[in-house]
Order: sequence, then structure tokens, then C-alpha cells
Amino acid sequence: MSEGVAAPLVEAKGLTRIFDVSKPWLNRIIEGERRAYLRAVTGISFDIGRRETLALVGESGSGKSTAARMVVGLLPPTAGTVTIDGIDMWAPASAAERQKLRRRLQMIFQDPYASLNPRWRVDRIIADPIKAFGLARDKAEIAHRVGELLTLVGLSPEDGAKYPHEFSGGQRQRICIARALSSNPEFLVCDEPTSALDVSVQAQILNLMRDLQDRLGLSYLFISHNLAVVRHMATRIGVMYLGRIVELAPSAELFAAPRHPYTRLLMDALPDLGMTGRPRRPIEGEIPNPIAPPPGCAFHPRCPWAFDRCKAEVPELLARDGRAVACHAVEAGRI
Amino acid sequence: MSEPVLSVRNLTVAFPTRRATLTAVDGVSFDIGRGEVLGVVGESGAGKSLTGAAIIGLLEPPGRIVAGEVRLNGQRIDRLPPEEMRKVRGRHIGMVFQDPLTSLNPLYRIGDQIVETIRTHTGLSEEAARERAIALLQEAGIQGARARIDSYPHEFSGGMRQRVVLALALCAEPDLVIADEPTTALDVSIQAQIIALLKRLCRERGTAVMLITHDMGVIAETADRVAVMYAGRIAEIGPVRSVIKEPHHPYTRGLMGAIPSIAGTASRLVQIPGSMPRLAAIPPGCAFHPRCTLAFERCRRERPEPMPAGDCRVACWLVADKRAEASA
Repeated sequence: MSEGVAAPLVEAKGLTRIFDVSKPWLNRIIEGERRAYLRAVTGISFDIGRRETLALVGESGSGKSTAARMVVGLLPPTAGTVTIDGIDMWAPASAAERQKLRRRLQMIFQDPYASLNPRWRVDRIIADPIKAFGLARDKAEIAHRVGELLTLVGLSPEDGAKYPHEFSGGQRQRICIARALSSNPEFLVCDEPTSALDVSVQAQILNLMRDLQDRLGLSYLFISHNLAVVRHMATRIGVMYLGRIVELAPSAELFAAPRHPYTRLLMDALPDLGMTGRPRRPIEGEIPNPIAPPPGCAFHPRCPWAFDRCKAEVPELLARDGRAVACHAVEAGRI
Repeated sequence: MSEPVLSVRNLTVAFPTRRATLTAVDGVSFDIGRGEVLGVVGESGAGKSLTGAAIIGLLEPPGRIVAGEVRLNGQRIDRLPPEEMRKVRGRHIGMVFQDPLTSLNPLYRIGDQIVETIRTHTGLSEEAARERAIALLQEAGIQGARARIDSYPHEFSGGMRQRVVLALALCAEPDLVIADEPTTALDVSIQAQIIALLKRLCRERGTAVMLITHDMGVIAETADRVAVMYAGRIAEIGPVRSVIKEPHHPYTRGLMGAIPSIAGTASRLVQIPGSMPRLAAIPPGCAFHPRCTLAFERCRRERPEPMPAGDCRVACWLVADKRAEASA
């Protein structure tokens, strides 16, 4: 699905994660309850090409962050595979290769306050991955590289001597980006990188991330709940609802003509900054409890186009002309 | 025009600290009329929430109002003794906060909380107040309100809780509702429901609303007029359409360009260099001048007051220059 003939950099196939959310054993015995499981992500598949940005967008509880953590190797999947440049991220056989692969992928988190060690100076924070991967010969080379990275993200090399609390939120996110770039990665997983920032600072960070992508040829997996931010950043977008990808399409096409009812309603629910007078139609109802999701298509209780089949059968993500939709009504040509 | 419901003049809030006195809200003036929604927008640290807290008399010490006045229906409320102010709060001013869990007492059933508020402010009987509470919850979009009125807050979802808080804020039929980031903690699909509800309930009752948010989209959707705040001051205030379509102040212009649009035409977002100044180091003259690409000598020396520009009021010397040119 990615452009070009080269194999995609990242491939996720049938990725599933189930969390055990049961009460303790004794409570289950006394209260006569069974084990409870939460399906955070159910069988999602996607690929990310080189220099491409794939965004996963969805509301809270849709499983987008869980998916990101499985891709980067922080959370083992219950089922399914992630391969990055042909190396399986979770197969025991590829442990040695995976160790080498680690350098090539990095992550940026939502909260720049929580992801920097407050007791370390900035230069030590940024130098840590360089030391861990043995990417520099001596101290002078490390110091030079740290200065280079700080300049790259729009800070000055002198800032390395400061502590994280001396910086504003936007500057801290720049430090996080510098740290992520210090091991010369090819692939960055960004989990809501600008959600904690103000709009004007968000604009600075988004511009920086795009510039870096052009200069360093990075690929991004971009997680966000903000459709406008995703529209700005992504080449392709996967819309998630209750652990499943319901629609996957190139960014421009998704926004020009959303197909899945959930995507359509999500676009309708967006506040309209253009003030075109377009009536805003809120989606009825709420996201169901993921421990006991509705049978069939998880969106059917809120969907105005739902029919009998939606209540019984889970729709599959079917690809057609470069985009994929998981909806019985779309498949049957009803919408 | 009849007398405004809320009239704020030169409101100044300061925090005395050991080193210096920090001015968090600096000479803010605006009016809100009956049935009108005024959006107050700004980035973190702009002083928008403190303006709301000062109006309702809920400033955290050592913060206090050091100058200016607040009038509700013509009567001054910023100098009221705490006991008097307590009666104004709830009866005349309703409040909706960002996090609905913190505005509801987790140990009481929601019905009890609403009934108590109604009885405190109106003197209805227990049964009449309960009927009123059920009607209000129904109106706020809680289905089966009669069955759910005896539930505890934790039994509701985030969106439902915010509906309960909205019902609670409106139950004494206040003249003014101050909503501080009412939808920020909610998902987009729920956010649209709550905004529509707030708008409808206030329009039907003629309640004035002060809507504090950082989200321009919500303002565009909801407000009649908007005040853009920067470093404790109002940078621009005017009808929402004018401010969004033709912003005058360089900060507003930058802010509008910085918002990614779902139309998605711009390849780069407008970037305002730097960040909001800290309270201890607000620059002299116009607080925005170090970040402003159009700043000139006067901006560094003299502080601009809001002056008319079109149907807005804008605190910027460029606007004064244009007016001088036009009249010359």
C-alpha cells in the first residue's frame, strides 16, 4: 500500500493485546465472578513505508497507544507479529538482531515533564543513548554530537548544562526529540507528542518534526486523538474504534470522502473553525465498555446505518482502491 | 442596550510573593449581556482561569483582586464579605469546571447534591426540589433520570458526569454561568454533545455564559464574542466571526495560523517564536513585543490599551497607527 516498490519498513499483522483485568483470586471465589479480559487491540494490521507517516487516530480507549507500545517493543502482543525491516520484534529467535534493531527505533511520549529525569542535566540525558549503543569513541565526540543535536532541534549547545525544570513544555519536548534522535534512528513512534502543549508551541513542534523527517528521512508512527493534527502530519491515517481499525486511507482521501460511519460522524462532530455555518452533528451515545463490547460491529449501537448483519457479524477490513473500510453497510453499497 | 449581566472593569489580580508581586491578571475589562456567550481564549498562563476565579470570588490565597471592579446586574460583588458572596455563588453565578469528578462529591448521590443546591437557593420543599432535579437531569440529556437520580457520581461516564455538573450549575437559575474548560477532558464525539447542550440550555433561559477554553474550535462553535488573552491582558476582543476571520492583533493572527486545519492546505503552520513570558518577567510595553515580528519602538516602551478597530477592540500600537493614517 505504500508508494514505491521497496518493502515497507514496518509491518504489523493481526496485532492483538488482551489484558487480564480480573479481580484477585479470593474475590472471584467469594463473589462467584469469572475472570475478566479487556481486548485493548484486536487483530490490527498495517504497514509503514520509508519516509512515510502513518497516523492512528481514535478516542480514548480505542487502543491506539497500546498498538504503539507493541510496535516499539514495550508491550508484548497476545497475538500477531511486528516486523521492522524484516526482523520480527517478538520472536525469540531474532533476539540478537533485535538488539541491533533497537538503535534504529525510538519513541517520543506525550508528557515531556514525566519522560525526562529531573536529576540529570540535559547533556547527560541526550548522551545516554549514544553511550548505551556505543556510537561515539570519546567524551569530546559525545559532547560535540550533543551540541549538534541541540542545535538541530532549535536549542543552543549551552542548554546542555541545564536541568529539565529550567525549560518550558515545548522546549522539553524538543529535548525529548533530541534524545530520540541521538541514536540516529530511522523510525520514530510518537504517542500524542503535542497533546500537552499549547497551540502556538504545538505548531513549533509539528513544524520541527516535519523538517526533521525531510532532512533525516525518518518514518513516523503518529498517535493522536486530534484529527486536525493528524491531517497535518500523516501520509496515511488509520481510524481506530474500540481496538479495531475501522478505516485506513491516504490522509487527503480520508478527509475528502470518509467512508466508515464512525469516521463520517467524527468529522461532523469536529468544531468548525472556518465558520461555514455547517451544522455540527454530535454522535449519539458513548463509547461502550471494552470489557463487554457489543456483539458484531462495535459501533452498531451508535450507528444510524446499522442493520441486522451489523449486530451479528464483525465486519472485516476490506481493501478497495487503495483504502480499506470495515463496515457491512459500505460493503453492501448502502452508503 | 440594556444593562449587562456581568461588567468587569480594569480587573487586576496579583500574587504577592517574597521576591516580588506577580500580576497574573492585568487591567481586564469586558461586559457580558443577557443570553450572550463570551469566549475567553488563551494559552496556558494567559490568566483566563484566574479571571473566572476572581469574578466568582474563588481566588486561592495569596492571590487577590488588587484593583478594578466586578458588577453583577449593576451590583458590585468583588468587595462582598465571604458569607454574602457564598449566596451569590450558586444562586446568581453557576460554575462548570474542567473535571466533572472534582465538582461532584463522590460520597453523595447526585440527586442529593442537586436537591440540596435547589433547596439552599430557592426554599422549595424536598419533593418539589426532587421533581425539579429530575426535570433538569432529563433536560441535560440523562435518559431515565428518575431511575438514575439516586446513583453516585462514579456510576456515570465522563460525558454523563459533565451533564450532571451542568444541571447542578443551572439548578438555581443563575444569571451567569462560568464554564472553565468544560469539554477539555472529554472526547470529540462527547464534546460536541456537551457544547450543544450548554448552548441550548443557556439560550432557553437567557443565561449569560463566560466560556473559558484554549480551543478556538469550541469558541468558533459556541461564542457570540471572544476575548483573546495574553500574559494577563486582553489582546483583542470582538464578535467571534471578526476575530476568527480577520484578526487584527499579531498574536491572534499567529494563533489562528498555528492551528492545524482539517482542510489541510498549509504545508507549514504559522510559528510564533518563543513562548508566553513568565509572570516574574513580563516585558515592559506590549507584553507580546519580544515575539512580535511587527514590533517597533513604541511597543517596547508604552503599553497599548484596547482601542477600537472595526467592530473589535485591539490592544496594539499598529492599530493606532492605522487609525492615525486613516484620519490624516
